[in-house]
Amino acid sequence: MNTPFVYQDVEEILSRYEKEETPLLCVLEDIQEKWGYLPRDVLGYVARRLGIPSSTVYGVATFYAFLEVRPVGKYVIRVCKSTPCHVRGATNVLEALKRELGIREGETTKDGRFTLEVTSCLGVCGVAPAMMVNDVTYGNLTEERIREILALYRE
Amino acid sequence: MFYRAHVLVEMTSGSVALGAAQVKEQFEREIARVGLENEVKVLETGSFGAALPSPFVVVYPDNVIYAPVNVRDVRRIVEEHLLKGRVVRELLFAGEWGGGVATFIPPSPLKKEKRIVLRNSGLIDPLNIEDYIARDGYLALAKVLTEMTPEEVIEVVKRSGLQGRGGAGFPTGLKWEFTRKADGEEKYIVCNADEGEPGTFKDRLILEGDPHSVLEAMAIAGYAVGARMGYIYVRAEYPQSIRHLEVAIAQAKERGLLGERILGTSFSFDVKIRRGAGAYVCGEETALLESIEGKRGEPRVKPPYPPQKGLWGKPTVINNVETLANIPPIILNGPDWFRSIGTPTCPGTKVFTLTGNVNNLGLVEVPMGITLRELVFDIGGGVRGGYGLKLVQTGGPSGGTMTPDLLDVPMAFDTLPRYNSALGSGALTVIDDTHCIVDIVRNFAEFFLHESCGKCTPCRVGGKRIVDILERISAGAGSPEDLEKLRYLGQHMKVTAFCGLGQAAPNPLLRCLEFFKEEFEVHVREKHCPQGVCTMRPKPQPKKTVRV
Repeated sequence: MNTPFVYQDVEEILSRYEKEETPLLCVLEDIQEKWGYLPRDVLGYVARRLGIPSSTVYGVATFYAFLEVRPVGKYVIRVCKSTPCHVRGATNVLEALKRELGIREGETTKDGRFTLEVTSCLGVCGVAPAMMVNDVTYGNLTEERIREILALYRE
Repeated sequence: MFYRAHVLVEMTSGSVALGAAQVKEQFEREIARVGLENEVKVLETGSFGAALPSPFVVVYPDNVIYAPVNVRDVRRIVEEHLLKGRVVRELLFAGEWGGGVATFIPPSPLKKEKRIVLRNSGLIDPLNIEDYIARDGYLALAKVLTEMTPEEVIEVVKRSGLQGRGGAGFPTGLKWEFTRKADGEEKYIVCNADEGEPGTFKDRLILEGDPHSVLEAMAIAGYAVGARMGYIYVRAEYPQSIRHLEVAIAQAKERGLLGERILGTSFSFDVKIRRGAGAYVCGEETALLESIEGKRGEPRVKPPYPPQKGLWGKPTVINNVETLANIPPIILNGPDWFRSIGTPTCPGTKVFTLTGNVNNLGLVEVPMGITLRELVFDIGGGVRGGYGLKLVQTGGPSGGTMTPDLLDVPMAFDTLPRYNSALGSGALTVIDDTHCIVDIVRNFAEFFLHESCGKCTPCRVGGKRIVDILERISAGAGSPEDLEKLRYLGQHMKVTAFCGLGQAAPNPLLRCLEFFKEEFEVHVREKHCPQGVCTMRPKPQPKKTVRV
């Protein structure tokens, strides 16, 4: 991680928001998009470059559910557990995913492919129960459909 | 180029989740295969609401609706309908329209529906500004900039009686007036599209189906209050809304409808998108401002309110997506027209989202004052599977709990508080009587525990204790005193929490403790769950807990 090469990329991201008064969150989102998570030394570098205490940067990085400070799988599965999904069987969806992937919520599969997370409302309650795999949403989930969807990402 | 037919495919996050993108691709492939690519064009459109199952497809100019369509149906529609001109009857939508060929407009699929906010959704291609302009888009902005003073604009919005559709129902015109009168050269317009309330997805469908209506309204607001810059804060869960907004902003700038010297006048206004990162509390307006400022989304002390000190300490208007989408029609049709819809004290329409155990899921726009019975039974088609109705949660977990005795209360911002309920964002989560109230209340409580920002103790610790006690009750280890503790915790959270999140969190708990008293008591006295949902098997107690 600790190569000048990486910092060139970070510099490129920082330069996108040069004119912004308060670019921190935008910068963190873009870094996450690039590496999948926020590596600790990159956070420190961002703090120094923006002149913000690294505790503040870490505070922001850990506040938001979509920002990860630990490495996550290639595909992050977020299962909605809010009421509209809950009353249409979200618990079964979560159980099926745990069984299929062999991990518990918050964990990543050994091959580094999938991370399983539980989230609040995804705003697609019309097709509940629902989940997101990275930024693709899937609805009307059944055990069968979950197996089909996972197969798409296993190839 | 002129096309003899257009195929509109519903492309919203909900329909894409059911395969709409593949349906669209399949149409393009099949149309090319039969050599019609220069005659028939495939377009994306927004949601048409609860009346139509997703994904739906409309063939213009025939006005024929197929719904729901899956990839396997596409070849037949292309070969039969588009090539040979024969409607594929088996695949037609057979809802409210009866047996004949379904036509799109008119009539409206639902007699009770009144579409102001959703006037274009499902009818236009949201990625094409010309579709919006063809339906009087940006006409209101032109009128405002060339014929009205900022004060006149504010007066029209005030007289219309429009109230904030994010949930609080604050008069929009007043908000604008406060911001206009506040001192300061620099002012901001912020559109709150951080729609995190479980069961709510109206703002997503407005942004996906008609993004220009929100941009136009933001520019009008900017002119009215004296702002040159606007921000739209969209939640990270809505990548498609962000994509549509990006396209819409670029198109508007290209045509001089946003940016420097709009329509050749001296007024300039620019809009930027800010993406959230998965924090419900950022829907609270001051937490949202903190988040735009790149900080943790923790709410600020109020007062000062945003119209005095908002984004970067400058006077700021924060309006919900649905509120803004009402503005152009109000400018064009006048405040009296708007007042003729809805109730005298709560004019206009409301977009409701039907979710949970109801037959027709989706959104519907109806005049304020409609009853819950009409929404759930007439429009929603009743409870799924023929079960009984246990409760309807309005406005998400922080809204109100409507029990079956309240089905005939008119739904408006000013009527529901009389029944300890709230209209909130317009989410309606229908819950049938196979569900256990302890389990449902626990689901609400877990949501608030997860989403508490941790700034104040009542919400951070109180929320945790409520979940602990509810878990204990559903594990069969509860006692009658636990119900007292829940009441005590709930009441204290309500009055001592720092922001709206913590203050609203105990609402469903307190209401259900009262209305479903017996069901709670059976759980703690007889250690029995009448619905058979709770495990009623005690878990080993955690080593240490905070005493209340």
